[in-house]
Amino acid sequence: MEPKLSNPLWLLAELTYRCPLHCVFCSNPVDYTRSGPELTTDDWLRVLREGRELGAVQLGLSGGEPLGREDLEVLVREAHALGYYINLITSGLGLDERRIAALREAGLDHIQLSFQDSTRELNDFLSHTRTFDLKQRLARLVKQHGYPMVLNVVLHRYNLDHIEAILAMAERLEVDYLELANTQYYGWAFLNRALLLPTREQLARAEQATNRFRARVGERMRVYFVVPDYFEKRPKPCMNGWGSVFLAITADGLALPCHSARMLPGLEFPRVADRGLGWIWRESPAFNAFRGFGWMKEPCRSCPERFKDFGGCRCQAYLLSGDAANTDPVCEFSPHHGEVVAAVAGARLGVTAERQPYFRDDRNSRILSSR
Amino acid sequence: MTIAGDAQLKLEDVPVISSGFRLQWEPAQQAHVLLYPEGMVKLSASAAEIMRRVDGVSTVGAIIADLERSFPGAELRADVIAFLATARERGWIGTKA
Repeated sequence: MEPKLSNPLWLLAELTYRCPLHCVFCSNPVDYTRSGPELTTDDWLRVLREGRELGAVQLGLSGGEPLGREDLEVLVREAHALGYYINLITSGLGLDERRIAALREAGLDHIQLSFQDSTRELNDFLSHTRTFDLKQRLARLVKQHGYPMVLNVVLHRYNLDHIEAILAMAERLEVDYLELANTQYYGWAFLNRALLLPTREQLARAEQATNRFRARVGERMRVYFVVPDYFEKRPKPCMNGWGSVFLAITADGLALPCHSARMLPGLEFPRVADRGLGWIWRESPAFNAFRGFGWMKEPCRSCPERFKDFGGCRCQAYLLSGDAANTDPVCEFSPHHGEVVAAVAGARLGVTAERQPYFRDDRNSRILSSR
Repeated sequence: MTIAGDAQLKLEDVPVISSGFRLQWEPAQQAHVLLYPEGMVKLSASAAEIMRRVDGVSTVGAIIADLERSFPGAELRADVIAFLATARERGWIGTKA
């Protein structure tokens, strides 16, 4: 019944934890200030080569803000020569026309630009910066330089009701792909969950507006609306299964089966400085910990859905039930499903934390690290 | 001429791989894949034979003729047209007249 070992198809390089934005829904670890020194250029070049040998073909360059790495163009050039399809996942800060052209020339395939909202006020509040006008200018430049225009907007309680304005903005910017990604509750977003979680009604209205928009624009724009799993009864097939297709490398060189896994206790994630990616992927205890189906407990162990959803998300199981080997509590069969139901009910009653959100910055990270 | 079943796709149309899409052979998968922003499609051998001939110059008719030369005896026309129509619907290719 155990599936045969597959190749990683996706390599996510989280090049740095440094970031000029301070987004309340950031998926980086809350204690990122505790991480070690960043990998060198040579380290990354080796990771790229080894990843490609293993079969990875989609490369994500993210962070933090990947433009903060001055060797980005060098890494892109090598990745292109190796045959990766290269996705730059960026806030746009640190990007200008010269760099857009240089990255294009080095072989970058696409730039995914994130916006926080359609309004300057909320965009700037959520990211705790003044960046809205800059992002608008960059979106036009990205398009002019022949990249497919991919716009990503993270959705939550504060901007779901602006969905029509967000869609109109995407149309104005002649976006090719629009990702409306409802917040997933990890990292900083989990910390700020009581503030960010929307109501079911807000979500339903936003999804209806998105469907109307899709019908009107047709094939001109691909629109993805990623539903937040808290509102589902079955978990998402997270990463298509642990150690199945996805390999993430953190800024300080830890290899992870998903970008949130770093916070899971009891697992020793391998360092790319110590071991080759081949051993890490195939042999390391951490990548085998939740591979396949043998690790599962009930109700997953005997459930026919396990071949579709792989038990859901290990990080969410840990965050909501205290044990990463439990069924993802999003599943209605999980004995911890009540946690999810209560969080959603809280959003409906307007229960929010009596405090300001935790903005993702070094000061807050240090405070949270010391807890 | 207009092809039955798809009033839009004509034999004289020139299919072209969409901007941001790339076709390449992946040794690890022993298959051609079509890569695009944050996504990938693994192509069957026959789909790959068609997509490899989408060069932005050849017409639909020329692609069919070339395939029929490479695979003599096979009646490919309907399959090729159906595949290209699907590929265009999914945004993998566009067409210029």
